[in-house]
Amino acid sequence: MSQDKSTLSTPVAALGRVTLAVLARLGDMFLFFLESLALIFSSPSQFPKAVRQTYFIGVGSVLLILLIGLFTGMVMGLQTYYALSKFGSEGFLGAAVALAVVRELGPVLAAIMVTGRAGSSMTAEIGVMRISDQVDALEVMGINPVSYLVSPKLAACLVSFPILTTFFDLIGIVGGYVTGVALMGGNAGVYISRVQDSIEWGDVWVGYVKALVFGAIVCTVCCYKGYYTHLQQDLAGPEGVSSSTTQAVVLSSVLILLSDYLLTSIFL
Amino acid sequence: MPSVPDIRLENLTVGYEGKAVVSDIDVVLPGGRISVILGGSGSGKSTLLRHILRLEEPIAGTVCFGDHDICRLSKRDMHCIKQRIGVLFQDGALLGSLTLADNVALPLREHTRLSRKRIQEIVEGKLALVGLEKFLDYYPNELSGGMRKRAGLARAMVMDPAILFCDEPTSGLDPVTAADLDQLLLEMHRTFGMGMVVVSHDLANMRAIADFVMVLGDGRVLFQGTRQELESVDDPYLRRFLDRKAEERQGPRVGETAVDASVMKVDCSRYWSMGK
Repeated sequence: MSQDKSTLSTPVAALGRVTLAVLARLGDMFLFFLESLALIFSSPSQFPKAVRQTYFIGVGSVLLILLIGLFTGMVMGLQTYYALSKFGSEGFLGAAVALAVVRELGPVLAAIMVTGRAGSSMTAEIGVMRISDQVDALEVMGINPVSYLVSPKLAACLVSFPILTTFFDLIGIVGGYVTGVALMGGNAGVYISRVQDSIEWGDVWVGYVKALVFGAIVCTVCCYKGYYTHLQQDLAGPEGVSSSTTQAVVLSSVLILLSDYLLTSIFL
Repeated sequence: MPSVPDIRLENLTVGYEGKAVVSDIDVVLPGGRISVILGGSGSGKSTLLRHILRLEEPIAGTVCFGDHDICRLSKRDMHCIKQRIGVLFQDGALLGSLTLADNVALPLREHTRLSRKRIQEIVEGKLALVGLEKFLDYYPNELSGGMRKRAGLARAMVMDPAILFCDEPTSGLDPVTAADLDQLLLEMHRTFGMGMVVVSHDLANMRAIADFVMVLGDGRVLFQGTRQELESVDDPYLRRFLDRKAEERQGPRVGETAVDASVMKVDCSRYWSMGK
């Protein structure tokens, strides 16, 4: 009888174990984030490191963001123009593109692009340092590895993500203009005035709040995965680093979309 | 010369995830001397070193630097102790993104308020000690294994530590380079008066530098004492280890009738004849 009971409860117990493990991991990541955040201003030597990371994460991603933003805006312009023209409402194209890009697409797509470009490299860099004893070397030199490796990256992400989101928003609106006005023949003045009328400061700030949250998520997840790459079960060495990198990109992207939904429901 | 504390390992059991690798270690590594932790592959030497450096928490027992039980020290106090020790990792563990000069300067930049010029002078001096003064701007991947170890040694020495820990300093080096490194360690010890704890499986390395030896094997401490005492032990395992004699193997041997060598043989002749 007791055997039957345990058999029946096994899937429930397994689900409970997985849930607890996921919650524990997320809690661990949150503590990792708090430690990194607290150590950003731990010493003056953090500033040049943060500047270098900002160059890598921010400046290095500008071209990618401009390209993705332009094409996203162009596709938005094309699809929305087609849909609006069915109702004779082409004049609202500017408002539709601007609101979609500034509120949603800008922060989300910019964050996902930076995850692919810079987040994966953060995980790989820290992961390789971990498996080649470089993290241990920092620790025995009395240098806090989180402070040395993670905090400057977090500072760079918190600075870069809103700026990259701004670039994405601007170039996305330009992309909508290119297709909606230059290619499809819409009215330029109407497009620009609709953009100006529809966007309020509240929309812009929501976009920035999202960008900050996504920056924190990407940096925390990617650095955490690299930092603890040696604790992965059954995977060691380069295979472990590659697995950590994949997990970091996937988890970051999922958390970006999840938190986007949560933030949108809060701010809408 | 700095006062160098003893390192006392008391009832120490080390391992990972609750599984003991070496148990019941009760040893005092004398301060100011060169102690060598010797043992075969997989005997737990590096595991023990990681516990002495508090990179891992012991399963049981304590590690004391002088009067300080490092397993119970706060992060802040441990931070102070870490500034008084230097560690040479097996392959140097230099940061790949920094030049040699930046690697060696790192502890000075993080822990002191010395001027750039003074740091530069110290770095050049330390790299000159290990014969790498011409490689300041090289990156670790541009150096040979021996050079990386010497650079790692310069970095470990840069804060003038009271104790220097070395993990397999001569592994992977040719005999001449290994002997040079032994000589360098001895010179450092004599000049700066620091204590050294060296993990090694290299008998030549042990014979060249050791004052005190601790031998690990079979999950426990097999021997502790001076080098001279070690050379005169009668224990069969230790004798085999010191005389580099192969262990008696059970079961059939290659070439004996019990093993059909032809079963294991791979015919590679067609690869050799390719291209002819």
